Amino acid sequence: MEILMSIVSGILFMCATYLILSRSLLRVIIGTVLLSHGAHLMILTMGGLKQGTVPLLGENASSYTDPLPQALILTAIVISFGVTALFLVLAYRSYQELKTDDMNDLKGCEDDE
Amino acid sequence: MSLLHLLVLSPFLFAILVPFLYRYVRKVHTGWFVLILPLALFIYFLQFIKLTSSGEEVVRTFEWIPSLDINFTLHVDGLGLLFALLITGIGSLVTLYSIYYLSKDKEALHNFYVYLLLFMGAMLGVVLSDNLIVLYTFWEITSLSSFLLIGYWYKREKSRYGAQKSMLITVFGGLALLGGIILLYMMTGTFSIREIIANLDLLKGEALLLPALILVLLGAFTKSAQFPFHIWLPDAMEAPTPVSAYLHSATMVKAGIYLVARLSPVFSDHAAWFILISIFGISTLFWGSFSAVKQTDLKGILAFSTVSQLGMIMSLLGVGSASLHYDYLENNIFIVAVTAAIFHLINHATFKGSLFMVAGIVDHETGTRDIRKLGGLMGIMPVTFTIALIGSFSMAGIPPFNGFLSKEMFLTGMVNVLKMDIYHLETWGILLPVIAWVASVFTFVYSMILFFRTFTGKLQLEKLEKKPHEAPVGMLISPVILASLAVIFGFFPNILSSTLIIPAMKSILPTIAQSGREFDVEIKHWHGFTPELFMTIGIIVIGTILFLTVRKWSFIYERFPQKLALNHFYDQGLVGTERGSAWIMKSFMSGHIRDYLVYIFVFLSIISLSSLFVTNAFHLDVTNVAPIGVYEIILSLLAVGGAIITVLARTRMVAIIAAGVVGYTISLFFVIFRAPDLALTQLVVETISVALFLLCFFHLPEITKKQKRLRFRLLNLLVSIGVGFVVTMFGIASHSEKLFPSISKYFVEESYEKAGGKNIVNVILVDFRGFDTLFEITVLGIAAFGIFAIVKLRLTKRSEREHEGK
Repeated sequence: MEILMSIVSGILFMCATYLILSRSLLRVIIGTVLLSHGAHLMILTMGGLKQGTVPLLGENASSYTDPLPQALILTAIVISFGVTALFLVLAYRSYQELKTDDMNDLKGCEDDE
Repeated sequence: MSLLHLLVLSPFLFAILVPFLYRYVRKVHTGWFVLILPLALFIYFLQFIKLTSSGEEVVRTFEWIPSLDINFTLHVDGLGLLFALLITGIGSLVTLYSIYYLSKDKEALHNFYVYLLLFMGAMLGVVLSDNLIVLYTFWEITSLSSFLLIGYWYKREKSRYGAQKSMLITVFGGLALLGGIILLYMMTGTFSIREIIANLDLLKGEALLLPALILVLLGAFTKSAQFPFHIWLPDAMEAPTPVSAYLHSATMVKAGIYLVARLSPVFSDHAAWFILISIFGISTLFWGSFSAVKQTDLKGILAFSTVSQLGMIMSLLGVGSASLHYDYLENNIFIVAVTAAIFHLINHATFKGSLFMVAGIVDHETGTRDIRKLGGLMGIMPVTFTIALIGSFSMAGIPPFNGFLSKEMFLTGMVNVLKMDIYHLETWGILLPVIAWVASVFTFVYSMILFFRTFTGKLQLEKLEKKPHEAPVGMLISPVILASLAVIFGFFPNILSSTLIIPAMKSILPTIAQSGREFDVEIKHWHGFTPELFMTIGIIVIGTILFLTVRKWSFIYERFPQKLALNHFYDQGLVGTERGSAWIMKSFMSGHIRDYLVYIFVFLSIISLSSLFVTNAFHLDVTNVAPIGVYEIILSLLAVGGAIITVLARTRMVAIIAAGVVGYTISLFFVIFRAPDLALTQLVVETISVALFLLCFFHLPEITKKQKRLRFRLLNLLVSIGVGFVVTMFGIASHSEKLFPSISKYFVEESYEKAGGKNIVNVILVDFRGFDTLFEITVLGIAAFGIFAIVKLRLTKRSEREHEGK
């Protein structure tokens, strides 16, 4: 199971990298979202999968799944959401001001040369 | 801190006062105040002569950074004292000269004297320091103050060029010197020159000795303008003439000579020391004198002549170092080279200083230094003429002036090389006296050109900018003193031998001094019919012939290809490195974020993968692996499919929905992996995200499909496959190697007992690890404020207005 999940998150990383390398700002942001999905899945996988019940003490089970990775992922989800939201607005504003979303055109200013 | 320390540092302290004096005492030329200091120092240092001539030394220590063995230790012995006297003595004369040379009203005198005092203090520090790091510190201050002085008229482009060039070359050498010092420290464990010399056994057979030697010599050669590093000196002639006279003839350029002399006992056992110094010295001597003949500028001639004379002193020190190999000989004839080096060092300071001042006077009174425009000044400037006569005849080595004596001793030293039987000198040693002789002929020729072209011949009034007349008395005092010293040392050379030369020799050749042998320094005018005498006669005869026919053979200088000139190499090298670095920067700093991301991802993949396989860290262990169910396979296919559709999507709507599919699949994963809180959060966040995406992309254009080039996409594909592969590999490898069990048992056991909550994940978030949550909230807050600011704040208006204004 863990090996399958490693492969799945590897594929997510692959697609994310491909998107991040593309020229459209839109695809870059979708790429970062996929990247965080892959990372979250990876954290969960590394904690070990299916080794007990839900980490709620009311269940009275003999073993629980590891709660620590879940707490870490929860934090990470919220943070990546915040960052994505900011990115989105930034992309929106930069398109408004610069009239392009092509990464090749977003290249310094002419004085740099 | 002793009186000696205070006096060495006094120029620095005095330099602080100079701007105030310049500002508030406008009526008096600032130089008069400055003059007091070197004069007082000179008189103070004169007192040491008694001490050093009886073989004693003065050592004063002031702790600076004792934990690093860096102490400000001053050490006055024969060699240090000789240089200190040169620095302060000529410093006084130059200050006096500069008072008349630089106008009180037109020049920024406070700058000038501050720089000059900085230089003087630094130079005193160099020659009196015993600690190598302190020496290096002062060494760099001399480079810096020399840079400032060369660029004194900073509005002229040539001054700036010369200053930059000298800075680059001398600092290059200075850094090499620092490297050599550090290597010496590594071998001996001390920075003190005296201690290193006392423990020479530590250096025996050390592999680092040769690198240290070469680095130290690089420092000395660049500072002392040895071939091929001499190129900065002629360009340094853009400095005011007092500076040229002081720094670039008498003191700074001799710092390298000082260093070689001071460290001779340390390195002279090594064959490379003798060979490098002799070869570079003699080639500098030849090249300097050869190049001086073609110069048309008075200071240009003097600059190349300084280069050549420094080469001569250097080669003498090299030959003199061989005397240590013949320690056991009763009559050590090689010591004479050291005597000649020191004697010529003093002589050169006298005649070259006076000649520079003469050049300055001529420049000052006629408005030009070009010998093609000058001529016939003999009748107009009788005093300057006399000084120039003494100076240039002494430089040429004509009796009865002091230059003759040191040249004779120089030739003796070079002829003695023939008698050496080390380093195969019996075969190629003959080159040294031959080159020395040829160089001396050229020395004679340029000295004569300098003198006769300026003062005899036809007066070309129409070419001169001013009507020439004799210089004011004050301007003449210093060169008169120097020229009379040249005459005095010429007639009574032995007044120097016991007072200055022998103590200095004891410092350079301590092992011979310790063996109890007394140095026999008897400088005589008449040696009898020795080979040197005939060589001198030859120099004068051939030199006269060459001088009279100089117009007929000077065409050989035009034949010399400009492309092989060292300056050409320097300039092209500078341009080349600038272009090269600009090219390198341009080749990878493209400005495209995508390129940088490719670098980052490629390096990440290569470094991670290679470390994984080089350290053999990859394992595949399936014992701990959970079984795979049908749901997981379906969800995996869904996630992978969604991700791939995102990549392949041609419209933004498809891409967004596919990304949403991936997100919801992830939350389903959380469900089957028993993480209810995660599933909830992920569901909500994904919904909001998709909504936000839709909201924002409504304003953005359709996905651009310009990237048609196959290579571009192939590279992207390759890079992304690499990254995905790395992640998978690391996932599998790290899962297969669990080093220790999780700490989660504690959370499970204590969640209710200690924190009173049954939802373990929530207890961890707000109780066990509440700090994470606090700052995660902060992140959200910052994001919210950031979004607000991005949307609301528009600072473009002003720039737009400016834009319209244009």
